[in-house]
Amino acid sequence: MLRFILMRLGKAAVILIAIMTLNFFLIHAAPGDPAAVMAGEAGAADAKFIAQLREQFGLDKPLLTQLGIYLKGVLQFDLGFSYRQQMPVAQLILDRLPATLLLTMTAFVISLVLGTFAGVLASARVGKWSDTAISSLALLFYATPLYWAALMAVLVFSVYFNWLPGFGYETVGANHTGLARLLDIGRHLILPATTLGLFFMAVYMRMTRASMLEVSQLDFVKTARAKGLKRSIIQRRHIFRNAMLPVVTLAGLQAGQLVGGAVLTETVFAWPGIGRLMFEALAQRDYNLLLGVFFVSAAMVLLFNLITDILYRFVDPRIRVA
Amino acid sequence: MADFWKRFCRNRGAVIGITILAVVVLVAVLAPLVFPQSPWRMVQRPFLPPFSMEQYPLGTDALGRNVMSGLAYGAQVSLLVGLVSTVAALLIGIPIGALAGYFGGWIDDALMRFTEFFQTVPSFALAIVLVAIFEPSIQSIIAAIAIVSWPPVARLVRGEVLSLRSREYIEAAILSGQTSAAIILRQVLPNTLSPIIVLASLMVATAILLESSLSFLGLGDPNMMSWGYMIGAARTVIRQAWWLSFFPGVAILLTVLALNLIGEGLNDALNPRLARRGK
Amino acid sequence: MREPVLRIKNLKIALPAGADRDFAVDEVSYDLYPGEILCIVGESGSGKSMSANAAMGLLPDLVRPVAGEILFDGKDILKLTEDEMMDLRGRRIAMIFQEPMSALNPLMRVEDQIAEVFEAHDLLTPRDRRRRAIELLTEVGIPDPEKAARAYPFQLSGGQRQRVMIAMALALEPKILIADEPTTALDVTTQAQILELIRDLQERHGMAVMFITHDFGVVAEIADRVAVMQYGKIVETGTADEVLDHPQHPYTQKLIAAIPKLAAGAAPEEPARKAPILEVEGLNKTYVTGGGLLFSKPRVVHAVNDVSLSLAEGETLGIVGESGSGKSSVGRCLVRLMDPDSGTVKLAGQDMAHLSGEALREARKSIQMIFQDPYASLNPRAKVGRIIAEGPMAHGVPRAEAYSRAVKLLDLVDLDALAIDRYPHEFSGGQRQRIGIARALALEPRVIIADEAVSALDVSIQAQVLDLLAELKDRLNLALIFITHDLRVAAQICDRIAVMQKGRIVEMGPARAIFDNPQNAYTRTLIEAIPGREKELAAAG
Repeated sequence: MLRFILMRLGKAAVILIAIMTLNFFLIHAAPGDPAAVMAGEAGAADAKFIAQLREQFGLDKPLLTQLGIYLKGVLQFDLGFSYRQQMPVAQLILDRLPATLLLTMTAFVISLVLGTFAGVLASARVGKWSDTAISSLALLFYATPLYWAALMAVLVFSVYFNWLPGFGYETVGANHTGLARLLDIGRHLILPATTLGLFFMAVYMRMTRASMLEVSQLDFVKTARAKGLKRSIIQRRHIFRNAMLPVVTLAGLQAGQLVGGAVLTETVFAWPGIGRLMFEALAQRDYNLLLGVFFVSAAMVLLFNLITDILYRFVDPRIRVA
Repeated sequence: MADFWKRFCRNRGAVIGITILAVVVLVAVLAPLVFPQSPWRMVQRPFLPPFSMEQYPLGTDALGRNVMSGLAYGAQVSLLVGLVSTVAALLIGIPIGALAGYFGGWIDDALMRFTEFFQTVPSFALAIVLVAIFEPSIQSIIAAIAIVSWPPVARLVRGEVLSLRSREYIEAAILSGQTSAAIILRQVLPNTLSPIIVLASLMVATAILLESSLSFLGLGDPNMMSWGYMIGAARTVIRQAWWLSFFPGVAILLTVLALNLIGEGLNDALNPRLARRGK
Repeated sequence: MREPVLRIKNLKIALPAGADRDFAVDEVSYDLYPGEILCIVGESGSGKSMSANAAMGLLPDLVRPVAGEILFDGKDILKLTEDEMMDLRGRRIAMIFQEPMSALNPLMRVEDQIAEVFEAHDLLTPRDRRRRAIELLTEVGIPDPEKAARAYPFQLSGGQRQRVMIAMALALEPKILIADEPTTALDVTTQAQILELIRDLQERHGMAVMFITHDFGVVAEIADRVAVMQYGKIVETGTADEVLDHPQHPYTQKLIAAIPKLAAGAAPEEPARKAPILEVEGLNKTYVTGGGLLFSKPRVVHAVNDVSLSLAEGETLGIVGESGSGKSSVGRCLVRLMDPDSGTVKLAGQDMAHLSGEALREARKSIQMIFQDPYASLNPRAKVGRIIAEGPMAHGVPRAEAYSRAVKLLDLVDLDALAIDRYPHEFSGGQRQRIGIARALALEPRVIIADEAVSALDVSIQAQVLDLLAELKDRLNLALIFITHDLRVAAQICDRIAVMQKGRIVEMGPARAIFDNPQNAYTRTLIEAIPGREKELAAAG
């Protein structure tokens, strides 16, 4: 197990280095001289300042040397400096990371739990009206733009009914502490997490349903029936466990989309996470910050993947033992 | 072919999907005729609510632009981006998948590591970065969407080719002296066509969603009116003017839904697996 | 005779609309008596497993019984509620299936899967269930039952998994055991062991066994009574001896006549051998599986281990062995679908093993292959004409000529010339195999390698294809390498036989000598395991 985790970490490290390299070249591909861009960001585009920047960032050195310097910096968690915000990129991201983790994790759990539950329900009633209803709803969620669902949720639940807050992470100026603060954050979390999870819920539901139906055709299910087992036990112990294997794989792959979706959700709800940070970086053409967020979100995806891989090994003995 | 149509039309959802898509295509084609004026032009007072003036049934936006006209021109952008970026993604993904699956060994290893890399990177975030760095334009948007959406194609084609490769009729073709190129083009790829077609129809849908999301964040082509841009521009005024974000959203939803329904219909029609059972 | 435990009376089972006939089972009646093994025999599509599945209430979704009754314990099973049915399954009637590989849940330990049988009927405590599971595994003869109990299915061999299935079926001492082709997926030696086990357990527990099979050899080994099915109807029933020795119905007679006879084969003395066309010397092939870049250690399998053989013009050499013996790898190395690690393959004097590119393409014209699966061996999107003409065209024959030659080839394999404009799915399995043969002949080869070429066919079709191959071989002066797991087929068609085990040829010689006087211990085991052999020998006197 330890060996497996080490191997996966090694692989993740390789991918991260590849992403850093990609980032580096993207900065260089950005229109204009990086120094001029940075100077522009700092709001002082005179020649002397640019020359100073060139030296400071080694921009007068060969490209490969620059790449080396850059990689070394990133490895020390130096993601560069945001001149717009006058703060190191790493610091900006670290400040915002917890909010994003909270949002994406909540959305992930909601979508996975509700999605598989609905999928199991639909597969058990395949062809009946409840299956049609669940499947149609999933199809609808699957086609709904994330940010639009978020806007409509704000419109309905926060503007029209005024049930839930549709803005921010906690009530500004309320100065809640302890449990009251947690509850307040929880209330703020409901709409963003649900709308972010909606699309993925549909994905998991469809996958679970298809997978349940496929597994229920397999020979060992017939064996289980031949034993005289109750339908509910066959569903749970034989069909569900096997059907979850592809869903777990998919969940790992979809995690990346979840981080991407957070950009949209956080923008709509003014949720102070790295997605919102990315939107701000976009609006201000703050490339260092933009690429820094990109790098961290890729790292988050790798983490999600690692977790699902470990999970998969717990479910499937063929991989664990072999 | 007639058989295929019959099976396709038996799926009610697919027929609904085709109908919706036909309407969207029609709107996109007719847009310049029905709305000869630019959709960017101010035509009335700002924030004209919908259904209040016959000439502007869906009202006007914060700058007094005709929402109806914007929707019609937006259909053009959505369809164009969806179609072209999917074709581009297929052009990247199919050769990579076919080569990896057919030749195996180190070629497969190298190509799949490459694919895996692109699959691991959060695709929407990468698309944002690419469009932002290369300046938003219809070309950069299409390129970015193609770059983030080819990996599933490569994986699908590789898997299909891999399973076909060990099929006996491919081995027979090798023995009969046909060249690798002829075998890939004549024996292998035609048999992977149905899953590729199904995937492609779903990819068009995803591409439309991606384009609209980029435009929503302000990364749309500044010269082209798109649905995502309309919603993005209306985001801050949602409390005053709900219709500005509501209608474009419905347009996206219906188009994407239609494409997904068509994809499912194609899947049912192209893979009639139910026919082969019952001893 | 005693009261039957199960009576099936005028059973009719309807197929879904659009099937090739209306009823899977049509007016079928038979009785199953305690302590007997009743074999239901038939070719694919005969509906032979339908009535048994109906007795378990396990018919496929779209198929349903429409008339008749299945009486068990004085009640009609078809009228039971699902709850009553559940009580019956596993406790009173148990079942084992064809595919031991997929019949067990891959995610559950063996002991848990056995314990489930008790759990399903609320019997015993969890601890006792475990204890019983190990006792049952011991009874069905699994080596190291304690360890097997803790194992996952993928860690067991096919034969062991089938033993686990049998252990599960035995758990509650059912009155009836239904066995649906339980040995079809197994190697011949494993099959012999499982048949013996079923016979043994049946006697010890006094069960009635309903045994469904397509193989008359298996029938001869195990049956007390036989019912023969064709197109959903029972055409003949009787004791095993009656049906096998004096079949009354023409269909049964045809089926039994189609079984390759062990005694048939070539003439006892070896004919004068002609000059060798193919000479294989010291062929080796190893596979390395697993073994990632970093940590895990690779597994090395010696699939072909120092194999040498020669094939004379006009001769048929059989390569026989069980799965994993390397027999198919040898065939694939010969045509270079697989590259051997070392050794030479001289085809008419030219070493095939070290050719590549254009030279290999040219040399392959003389050595062609016939494949096993009549469904996977033809491109579903190509018309038959193209399938046959493609090879010659790739070698520069003009299109028109290639197609006219295709028509002649179709005639040669007894297919209509109109076939060239049709797609493979319009043909039956036997016809498809004929198309495959025509394709192999299109390049006018001198050697043909037939890899399990008749294994997927029903016995009556198999006989026709074997006859065709023998006839073509003589007419075209072909040399044939016939790779098969079925020793009966080998006995019928081969002049000489090579027996393979674990990548090596353990014995090679004239077919008659191999069957009458095997020298190697493994060859002996293999031959003794041929189902129906003893009966056949006894009958031959």
